[in-house]
Parts: sequence; C-alpha cells; structure tokens
Amino acid sequence: MNPVSQGAFAAALLDRGDAVPAGLAGRNGAADPLRLAVYRNNVRVGLARALAARFPVTARLVGDAFFRLMADAYVDDRRPASPLLAAYGDDFPDHVAGFPAAAGLAYLADTARLEAAVSRAYHAADAAPLGLADLAGLAGPELGLARLTPHPAAFLIRSAHPVGSIWRTHQKETVTAPDWRPETVLVVRPDLDVGVHLLPAADAGFAAALLDGTPLGSAAEAALAADPDFDFGRALTGLTTLGAFARAVIPGENDDQ
Amino acid sequence: MIETASLPARAGLGFKPQHAAAILGDRPDIGFFEVHAENYMGAGGPPHRMLAALGALYPISLHGVGLSIGGEGPLDAAHLARLRALVERSRPASFSEHLAWSTHDGAFLNDLLPLPYTPATLDRVVHHVDTVQQTLGRPMLIENPSTYLVFSESTIAEVDFLAAIAARTGCGLLLDVNNVMVSAVNHRLDPFLYLDRFPVEHVGEIHLAGYDETVDGAGDRLLIDAHGTPVAADVFALYRHALGRTGPVATLIEWDNAVPDFPTLHAEARRVDAALDAERARRNAALRVGVAA
Repeated sequence: MNPVSQGAFAAALLDRGDAVPAGLAGRNGAADPLRLAVYRNNVRVGLARALAARFPVTARLVGDAFFRLMADAYVDDRRPASPLLAAYGDDFPDHVAGFPAAAGLAYLADTARLEAAVSRAYHAADAAPLGLADLAGLAGPELGLARLTPHPAAFLIRSAHPVGSIWRTHQKETVTAPDWRPETVLVVRPDLDVGVHLLPAADAGFAAALLDGTPLGSAAEAALAADPDFDFGRALTGLTTLGAFARAVIPGENDDQ
Repeated sequence: MIETASLPARAGLGFKPQHAAAILGDRPDIGFFEVHAENYMGAGGPPHRMLAALGALYPISLHGVGLSIGGEGPLDAAHLARLRALVERSRPASFSEHLAWSTHDGAFLNDLLPLPYTPATLDRVVHHVDTVQQTLGRPMLIENPSTYLVFSESTIAEVDFLAAIAARTGCGLLLDVNNVMVSAVNHRLDPFLYLDRFPVEHVGEIHLAGYDETVDGAGDRLLIDAHGTPVAADVFALYRHALGRTGPVATLIEWDNAVPDFPTLHAEARRVDAALDAERARRNAALRVGVAA
C-alpha cells in the first residue's frame, strides 16, 4: 500500500502534467490520468467559472477563450484563501493589468476593478446611509472639520478610461461605443440594489478625498483649487444622496462612535 | 445536544437567485429548499435578505461544501465561526456536509476530494464531526461521495466507514443516490448491493441529480457527478429501491449547472413527490395485508 498525502493529491491536481500519485488507482488498480483529470477539471473549471461569474463584462470584452487564458494563469498563482468564492479574485484586476497578452487593452484592468467593486458592494455589510438631514444638522464651523465615514458598500474607481460607460453598455444586449474620456465611478448599495454612478469630473478628487477620510473643508478647498467650477453644495449633496457615506464624525464630539 | 426540526418527507429543490421572484412571489408547493452555506456567508446584502424571506416560507436545508471534514489538517476555525453565525441567523431544519476534503494548506480547492478509508482517517473524520456538532449545538448529516479513483491504502468499505461515523458521533447520513450510481459504475460495484448494506436507520435526507458520462483511460464507462441534467432513469429506479429501505424521506433534486427555468425544476419535484407517495401507499398496503392476515 502507498499512502497518498493530501499535499501530494493537491499538488497533482494543480500540476500541469498528468502524473498520478502512486496509491491512487482506477479500475483494476491501474493508474489512470483520465480519472485524476476529472478532479483536475473540477478544480480548474470551477475556479475559472467563479472568476467568469464575478467578472462577466471583462470576459465579454475579451471573449471566453482569452478570458480563460487569463483565469488559468491566475488559478496557477492564486488559490482561494477561503471557501467563500465570492471573495475569490479580489486581486484579479491586478493580474489582468500585468497579463502580457492584455497589455494593449489598457481599460481592461479598470473594468475588472469596477466589477470587483460591484460584487464587493453586493456582499457588503448592510448599513443605513448618511442622509441629507444628518448633514443639515451640522453647523458651519463643524461642517468644515467633519469627516465622513464611507458606507460599507461604497467604492470609488478613478480611471483614465470610460469604465463606467463600458460597464453600463455591457449590461445590455447591444453594445455601443462610449465617448473615450476618463471617468470616475462611484459604486454604492444604500439598500438592496447596487448602483453604478458616473461622477462629474470636477467631483472626482473631492469624492476620493472624502472617502479617504479628509475633512470636508480641506477636501472642498483642494477641489476648488483644482477646478474653479467645483460646486461644493451640489457635490456633497449628490454624493450623500447616492449613499456614499455611513455617518459624519466631528472631531472631539463623536469621533469615538 | 439540542434536537432540531427535521425536513419534511417531500421533494425539495436547490434555491437559485434567478428563481427568487418565482418562488418568493408565487410560493409554489415545494417541501423545502436547499441553499449552499458558503453562498450566504458574506457580510450582508441581497443574499441575506433572500435567505430570510425564503426561510419565512419554507424549511431550509443548509448544505455546506467548504468545511473539509475529511481534511488532514484541523477544521478552519474562521469558517466554522461563519457557519455557526449562519445557522443561528437562518435556523435551518437540517445542516449537511460531505465525506470529502476541499482545503489543503490554507488553499480552498473548490472540489469534493476523496479520502482513503482507514482506522486513522475514520478517527480524524469522527473528531471533525464531533467538533462541528459541538460548535453548532445540533446534529449534522454526512453525505456519501462520488469518486473517480480509489486508494490502495483503504481497508474499510465506504458503507461501513459511514456507519461507523454515524455510530460514533450521533450524526445522521445524507444518502446521495446519484453518487451511489456514479461510484458504483466507476468502480464496477453493484449499486443495489451498496444500498442494501447502507445503514438506512441514519438517513435524514436523500439527494438526486443528473450525471454526465465519459470514458476512462481503459475506454470503460466513467460517470461524472455533474448536476446539469434531469435525474437519469437508472438513478430514479435506484431511488425507488432506496425508498423501499429508508421509507419516505426528504429528497433533494440537485440541478446546479445549466439551471433550467423554475417550472422544469417544479416538474422534477412532482416526479419525486409521486415516488414518495407511491412508497407511502406501498407501506400502507403492506400494513393492511399484515393486519388482515
């Protein structure tokens, strides 16, 4: 008898060759690579399918065969760290960015980043978003010092490419070419439905600063300096209404909440 | 150990989010729904709400695919904690897992992998089942696997291995009749003999599914547990034979790939409910004959 350790079994599943560990047999005790291949296929196809389910637009942009190449290379490098497959592929966008054959598709990695954010928003913790009424309660001086805690389902994707428009048009049967310009996309899920929103260009830096924890006053000053057309009230109201924040924290008063 | 509600002796279906409107809106007459535990372990969002809404209408069978009960290493404490939270949140009528392993060295391999059947592996599985049942505060069901390879080191027959797990831990068994057919064909065993030796007194649920068919390296028939087609005729015949031993018991139809529309699944459920009714009628008739004699 040849005991087969699970380490040896796992290595044989992930190996690109077709060696069968001694001690594993098919019918009549014969080593049979085709039988081991059933398990190999379950592992590889299953993980590639999980990635295709999480990154459907990325897959549609390059076609199934090309996506499968990227997914296979990713599976070679990364196995899921837990049985929660919804979290598998958190760094798949970085893998796409570094995938040599996709080097000519500069928008592809950011599209995958947007898709990763959409699925993270879907599974994020539920929380009531900060409302306009909560903001209205802040007095003038307090408002400038306030920091806004990001909602658990809020993610910002800043891209040199029109990733929001690419994502949106691929939700439909008929795909139309977007205007080619940089886009900043806010992903939110204030309640049940995930929202994917294009932000005005002038609001992009402001939104990023607030979600990074910059106080409102400093974020507004920087945004105005970058773009004289920046409208603080409209930007703050817009982001809040979309569900970007969970609460406002005033230093010294409720920063221990 | 706290005794919990058991599943009704009816046909059940796997819950698919694409059928949520058809199920939660129309409330079809289905005995129970099964969900895969790992799909509902995120922090929140629509999956949590769907499960809560489903659980308000139907008994839930919570079926895990990631505990790696047959793993060489210890159980993943973080995963066990997530499972416990999910059980407390969803109050399922049943929790089941597989006689298999899926995680090694911190990497989840996303398949139900086989283990050798020896006294040492039996001790390990018994220890893991004990740990799960203590953590959850309730008994679980362990499912027989479909296998494509055998271990030369195995010294215990699969049915005896399962019977020993049940006897030593107090767990129940989930009898997957499709897996019985798949393994029996793949290893040239008699599936009816397997069922006749199965410790049916521990069976708390039956699984049915469709298989795929290919050939092995010797050109012989090899069945794949694929869950992408209706239940095959030979598996359904085996199911009727199994019911003759187990009596009417909760029976799930697994259809996880190439998932059809809900009416197609509902029709499969009716076919299973009819088989359960036929078994009830057969037993009642036998009882009447017995009384008359």
